Amino acid sequence: MKVLVPVKRVIDYNVKVRVKADGSGVDLANVKMSMNPFDEIAVEQAIRLKEAGQAEEIVAVSIGVKQAQETLRTALAMGADRAILVVASDDVHKDIEPLAVAKILKAIVDEEQPGLVLCGKQAIDNDMNATGQMLSALMGWSQATFASDIAIEGDKAKVTREVDGGLQTIEVTMPTVVTVDLRLNEPRYASLPNIMKAKKKPLDEKTAEDYGVDVSNRLEIVKTVEPAERAAGIKVGSVDELVAKLKEAGAV
Amino acid sequence: MAVLLIAEISDGELSMDATAKAVTAAKALGDVTVLAAGSSAAAAGEAASKIDGVSKVLVAEDPMLGHRLAEATAALIVSLAGDYDHIVAPATTDAKNVMPRVAALLDVMVISDVSGVVDADTFERPIYAGNAVQTVKSNDAKKVITFRTSTFDAAGEGGSASVETISAAENPGLSTWVEDKVAESDRPELTSAGVVVSGGRGVGSEEDFALIEKLADKLGAAVGASRAAVDSGYAPNDWQVGQTGKVVAPDLYVAVGISGAIQHLAGMKDSKIIVAINKDEESPIFQVADYGLVADLFDAVPELIEKL
Ligand SMILES: Cc1cc2nc3c(=O)[nH]c(=O)nc-3n(C[C@H](O)[C@H](O)[C@H](O)COP(=O)(O)OP(=O)(O)OC[C@H]3O[C@@H](n4cnc5c(N)ncnc54)[C@H](O)[C@@H]3O)c2cc1C
Repeated sequence: MKVLVPVKRVIDYNVKVRVKADGSGVDLANVKMSMNPFDEIAVEQAIRLKEAGQAEEIVAVSIGVKQAQETLRTALAMGADRAILVVASDDVHKDIEPLAVAKILKAIVDEEQPGLVLCGKQAIDNDMNATGQMLSALMGWSQATFASDIAIEGDKAKVTREVDGGLQTIEVTMPTVVTVDLRLNEPRYASLPNIMKAKKKPLDEKTAEDYGVDVSNRLEIVKTVEPAERAAGIKVGSVDELVAKLKEAGAV
Repeated sequence: MAVLLIAEISDGELSMDATAKAVTAAKALGDVTVLAAGSSAAAAGEAASKIDGVSKVLVAEDPMLGHRLAEATAALIVSLAGDYDHIVAPATTDAKNVMPRVAALLDVMVISDVSGVVDADTFERPIYAGNAVQTVKSNDAKKVITFRTSTFDAAGEGGSASVETISAAENPGLSTWVEDKVAESDRPELTSAGVVVSGGRGVGSEEDFALIEKLADKLGAAVGASRAAVDSGYAPNDWQVGQTGKVVAPDLYVAVGISGAIQHLAGMKDSKIIVAINKDEESPIFQVADYGLVADLFDAVPELIEKL
């Protein structure tokens, strides 16, 4: 079985986000960028499937700016076999919407015929939580979102999902799209030798036009602002003072 | 304009809070029809018909709609979509699972986690873990939206909408339900509770998390947790508050042994009053706390339980 893993280049989760003064978005020039943390979990899961003999090949795909090449090299260094970069913009500030990403992924899935697509459940930049579900819809496949456990048995996958009420286990028909949640695994770090080896692994470069997909936005960005700040609070010196303050505020 | 609102239902029961909050958001867009779908959904539909601002309820009952499996639920919604300009739902995990699928089948973008309605095409939503709020204008013919419930008040009761029974769409038959693991609890539900007490890694163990629960029970609160507490096995996954967990905005939020990472703040910083108990005075949680207590939680929490 071939496993396809889409990975997104996003602002590193430790970086303090700054909104651009002109309201067009968040400042991404000269800030540290990394692989979306959920996508790291997806790459890790694909590698574990390969190590367990359930997958033969892992193909990592990234859609965005040319610099997403670095994100793909990270996936290759972790253990993906080859990579496809789809350049869809030359502006680091342009976020390609999940619908367009899903359409490009569909074209790639049609070509590559993977048995499983493993996506992160959401990208920590636009927080959309949509690409995997959209790809599954366009393929007419089953979907299993927010996975904390995946067991593949023949042409079915049993997936445990993190849901509002607790955990739900479903069985989906393969091929399928699974989106992964935080507790599925802990991604490995790429070792130095593997980082060196990754430089020699194949990385194909394509464009959105190669797949005939229009990547213009459906959602026009009107403005981007900082959230309202909370007024500064106070430190209390003791539990007694805390209780008094809470009573004063009518909170208890 | 016509709005189709997907009611939040689990095991045949309407989640009144989430659904009524979405109704408040949806009312601004037009005439609201609620879809109650499930293996049993008639009672939920009946309950939804009483929400103020609902003009009609559609009830679709079919075993394949049980457990809200994405493929069958999305197929049903798409079969109804022709009559509506907006298809909306509260941003629960069920809706986050189903609505992007609906959007893609309709060839439109989903607008997730909307926190404000500007007009029928224009919406506000938090991005970057709530570090920015973006206003977007949709150019799509139909809008598929999930509403962040913590930012809308629940619509009241007192309506009397008509209820109509409809049939499910064809079953795509791609997935089956196996089991649910749901902890029973007498505590209020996390996303609708007036008070939430959350524990973090500082609590140190599953056993000591009982201290957090004890404080919660004293306050009649729901219990929350940081990701670190859930990852460490101190608390179940459905207690996680944050960017990738639940978003809450209670009247009172008490954070105990939580450092205040931006991903955690994303889920609670709209709470009315925030209390932080942490032994490290440099902890970022104090930057958002109305009342901060620098103390060891193992001293402060028992004392607090006693004095409340
Ligand atoms: C993609 C992604 C998504 C994430 N999503 C979420 C999310 O949804 N929710 C979330 O919470 N996190 C999330 N995180 C994790 C987040 O970045 C932090 O790692 C996490 O919130 C830290 O949890 P914590 O505050 O409990 O632990 P820590 O940061 O370790 O803090 C523990 C705190 O306890 C205090 N403490 C220790 N002992 C005591 C004591 N005896 N008495 C008093 N205080 C004590 C310490 O001073 C410290 O401040 C996410 C991270 C990533 C990368």
